[in-house]
Amino acid sequence: MSDQRKDTADSKKDPRKIRSVSRMKEIMTHYYIDAKTARDNAKKVAWITSGGPVEPLIAMDVIPVYPENHGAMVGASKMGVDLCRQAEEMGYSPDLCSYARADIACATTQGGPIGGLPAPDFLVCCNNICGTVLKWYEVAARHFNVPLFILDTPFIHGEMTEDARRYVMSQVEEYIGFLEKQCGRKMDYDRMDEVGRLSVEGLRLWQAVLDTAAHKPSPITAFDAFFHLALIVTLRGTRVAVDYYKELLDEMNERVEKGIAMVPGEKYRLLWDNLPVWYRTKWLSEKFASHHACLVADTYTSAWSGVLPLIDENRFLESMSVSYSSVYINMSHDRMIGKLKEMIEKYDADGLVMHSNRSCKPYSLGQYDLQKMVMDQLGIPTLIIEADMVDERHFAESQIETRIDAFMEIL
Amino acid sequence: MHTGTDAITAGIDIGSITAKAVLLIGGEIAGTCVRFTGYNAKKAGRAVFDELLKEAGIAKERVSMVVSTGYGRNAVDFADKAITEITCHGAGAWFIDPAVRFVIDVGGQDSKVMRLDENGKVVDFAMNDKCAAGTGRFLEVMARAMEVDLDDFGALSLSGEPARISSICTVFAESEVISLIAAGEARENIVAGIHEAAASRISAMARRVGVVPPVMMTGGVARNKGMIMALEGKLGVPLSVSPYAQVNGALGAALLASRMDRPHP
Ligand code: SF4
Repeated sequence: MSDQRKDTADSKKDPRKIRSVSRMKEIMTHYYIDAKTARDNAKKVAWITSGGPVEPLIAMDVIPVYPENHGAMVGASKMGVDLCRQAEEMGYSPDLCSYARADIACATTQGGPIGGLPAPDFLVCCNNICGTVLKWYEVAARHFNVPLFILDTPFIHGEMTEDARRYVMSQVEEYIGFLEKQCGRKMDYDRMDEVGRLSVEGLRLWQAVLDTAAHKPSPITAFDAFFHLALIVTLRGTRVAVDYYKELLDEMNERVEKGIAMVPGEKYRLLWDNLPVWYRTKWLSEKFASHHACLVADTYTSAWSGVLPLIDENRFLESMSVSYSSVYINMSHDRMIGKLKEMIEKYDADGLVMHSNRSCKPYSLGQYDLQKMVMDQLGIPTLIIEADMVDERHFAESQIETRIDAFMEIL
Repeated sequence: MHTGTDAITAGIDIGSITAKAVLLIGGEIAGTCVRFTGYNAKKAGRAVFDELLKEAGIAKERVSMVVSTGYGRNAVDFADKAITEITCHGAGAWFIDPAVRFVIDVGGQDSKVMRLDENGKVVDFAMNDKCAAGTGRFLEVMARAMEVDLDDFGALSLSGEPARISSICTVFAESEVISLIAAGEARENIVAGIHEAAASRISAMARRVGVVPPVMMTGGVARNKGMIMALEGKLGVPLSVSPYAQVNGALGAALLASRMDRPHP
């Protein structure tokens, strides 16, 4: 995955190395093998958007596959430019999200780090993250000639209205019906309850892992969180994810006790906004570390667990309509700024670094306003860097280096 | 704090087009030097430093501290410290006029704006986004398209009524300019329009950071009167121009060097 991992994992005696990394790699390898051999084991595969409701799939024993997680792998293995270019040659606009471009290219050429994703039996698209996924999944549905289920979550301006809640809830019911039809059997609601509880448990553990960064010095950086996030995305609602995050949390607590700092001599604590720059995680983490700056938290990896207070684990399906509609990038700036404030206080951050991500418009739109709000209301310095999560052509190293250096001089 | 009344320090600014150096002796400017960077930033740094010292008649050993800046700052291997051009431009402008609270620097390849506190320290900044629009390069390309000498370009714009150039992209703007020429628009109007377009790009960036007067303009483009006028119009405040506009970054670097107390090894 991210090359920073390789780096820390290689240095065997380094106490900063996170042991769980190897376990994570193992789990992800098995997961992809299972997905790729699903047909041999008479299992169904569904592609689903990263913010989509995966729990009913798990309860129906369907293997969920995430083109966006795959996109992150493409980015981390620096194959993005090549694949994006292929999609552009097919006629897709260079302005289209690079996850979508990379995935469309992989689907047609069996390219990329794992030779393409296993073909889906059906698709599940939830637009709580963006509108791009609608068109992207329509393209995939045509290409693979499989059914597509769309869960439409209205944008939340202030509070989610009762009408909106009912609207999403009725779709959740349709969703279950769709799955029953695709799988040829009824939903087992006891199993569904169990998956719901495991999902909540996994999310709680993940949030607890992220919260260890509130300690000074922090045992973990956002760059580590980017890597360890994979299971909360792909295997949310399974025992494997719960067990893994328990192990990771123990390890983090142990580091806190021993006072192990991920960034030696931690002097500054920063918050990161938006997706990672997958092909440059190592460069960026070294750049910040050279200034003794630790990226203690980010708005991205906490997006999944951020809705925890809205989930009722005893009425998981019902509360899903609200929780899935209320993810970070499906809400107004006023709510976003509230969230940012909360994080800045919780992690005692000295500054905010925002990645203006060419690909992800819903995440990047309004960052300048948010930046202004943060500076005016909280008085902490902010930095905006322009890049793209997968398409390296949008990364100008010396420009970004100067901005980071200058920002650190201001701090 | 100065290291001593007669401390000698130098600032080296390696930009993408030119390398600049400034010598400070006891807090006074004792020499400046500008030359082309070429393809080797390391060599350019040495050359501009040597030339500076030669002109000032100062032996290398007497320079107690050197700070490098600019995009090639890390290539200057003899510098004691590398500091970004953002911080250095703030310090340079403050040196010329400590009242200045906002700096607009427009160089060959980039433009940047900085808001300063009363000590010349940068509180916030913005840089142009990987794009030539709103930089010296934009004006250069346009001057070529108009077949006007770059030095006369600004002055010519003063006599025109700005023609409308809507595109902010250098490539598209160039084709707009060519269509305007073909349509018979007066030359000075097109040139004024070009300055307007660049100024609106830069002023948008300045407003993002929040303009606080007094404002100073630095960088090579500060010599262009048309640009100053257009920017003043957009921002609604007068701009002062540093007499050391082109070497402002190096000046700031030399000043910051003089404030560092660690003596040269
Ligand atoms: S546009 Fe943003 S939210 Fe949508 S798929 Fe791309 S990265 Fe994800």
